[in-house]
Amino acid sequence: MPKAITAPLDLETARSLRAGDSVLLSGTVYTARDAAHKRLCGLAAQGKPMPFPMEGAVIYYVGPTPARPGQPIGSAGPTTSYRMDAYAPTLLRLGELGMIGKGKREAEVIEAMKETGAVYFGAIGGAGALLARCVKSAQLVCYEDLGAEAVRRLEVENLPLTVVIDSLGNNLYEIGRTAYLARK
Amino acid sequence: MREIEAQRIADAVARLSVQANTCLPPDVKDCIARARREEDWPPAQEILDRIMENGNIGGGFPICQDTGMACVFLEVGQDVHIDGDLSKAVDEGVRRGYEEGYLRKSVVSDPLERMNSGDNTPAMLYTELVPGDQITVTVAPKGFGSENMSRIAMLKPSDGIEGVKAFILDTVEQAGPNPCPPIVVGVGIGGTFDKCALMAKKALLRGMGAPSSQPFYADLERELLGKINALGIGPQGFGGRTTALAVHIETMPTHIAGLPCAVNINCHVARHASEVI
Repeated sequence: MPKAITAPLDLETARSLRAGDSVLLSGTVYTARDAAHKRLCGLAAQGKPMPFPMEGAVIYYVGPTPARPGQPIGSAGPTTSYRMDAYAPTLLRLGELGMIGKGKREAEVIEAMKETGAVYFGAIGGAGALLARCVKSAQLVCYEDLGAEAVRRLEVENLPLTVVIDSLGNNLYEIGRTAYLARK
Repeated sequence: MREIEAQRIADAVARLSVQANTCLPPDVKDCIARARREEDWPPAQEILDRIMENGNIGGGFPICQDTGMACVFLEVGQDVHIDGDLSKAVDEGVRRGYEEGYLRKSVVSDPLERMNSGDNTPAMLYTELVPGDQITVTVAPKGFGSENMSRIAMLKPSDGIEGVKAFILDTVEQAGPNPCPPIVVGVGIGGTFDKCALMAKKALLRGMGAPSSQPFYADLERELLGKINALGIGPQGFGGRTTALAVHIETMPTHIAGLPCAVNINCHVARHASEVI
């Protein structure tokens, strides 16, 4: 059975999750991908305040398609996470506790996760239409000029995710594959 | 000589951009369903079920949020005269289709300055002259999660078939979970550096899972698909049999000194739509 969890995350919950756990996430998440990460880290480097509360924040690596009138959002699946690896450790050290994306992470990111207790979740890549159904509202936070890459605050309900890397550094990409290859 | 208004091409490109991004072709759906039947690992089965559910949502909703760069392939009959500016017409079609279809604008005008062009133009346009007086328009939106995992190698003739196999398998291994497996593997072997990459891209346009017309390469496709699906990467990289849905190989003559091999990876949202004018 999937675990129901809420965003923003608290440290205790984040630390209790294990690679391979299925979770249903509800609450507030923020969207940011390449260009927004670059700007957020630019602010951090200058010691300026973040445009949204970073404490316990869950950031969804997504650039949705435009919402049709009357709908909160368009298609909204994850983008590949490694492109955010250069920026993620900075945001983790500012309090970010959850990242949602897909694909591998660099050792520096996993080290920062172990240090801060953060979790990396995978959403199903290419299932953007399905995932959009869990988004109940979307509001622009900043960087409107970036279009699909702007930062938005999403209210989500039961977003189906899998814990890919936990705060101990366990990695489902290794565990899952090994388990499958060892099956008899 | 048959006259075709450039505007008709713009209209077709607009229609096909929306269609390709919102309706998964039957050949792709069939291929995913077949892979689901053959998948024996429960976590992988569950992911494939979700992927199939996603592909059936329809209602004009984009299947994936990365509605891609618009790769447009035109086969232009030699007996056609196009009235108007062809490239402008294709870009107009992309602009309109991506706006009217609520598709994502994912193109930056300069690779280093990185300002969004705002309308998903320009299209990646390829034209080919063919006999006849018709134009076949194909729009294949290409997402970059999988495009970024693609590679080309200028192998040596002495590397031979084993070198080609090793390069293809290594490309899939390196890509791992990043390109949203299950993937489709487009391969080009031969030609020049540029032609080889184009063949790999065009290999993705073939009806999914349809074998090469050359028996030798059809066998090689089967062998490679088996080897890729023995890697254990599985759907989303969480482990399982279904790492790839198909391997498509295209070949052409090459130089005595070379053995170019290109691998263009596509995700399971293997979009393409065509129309004949």
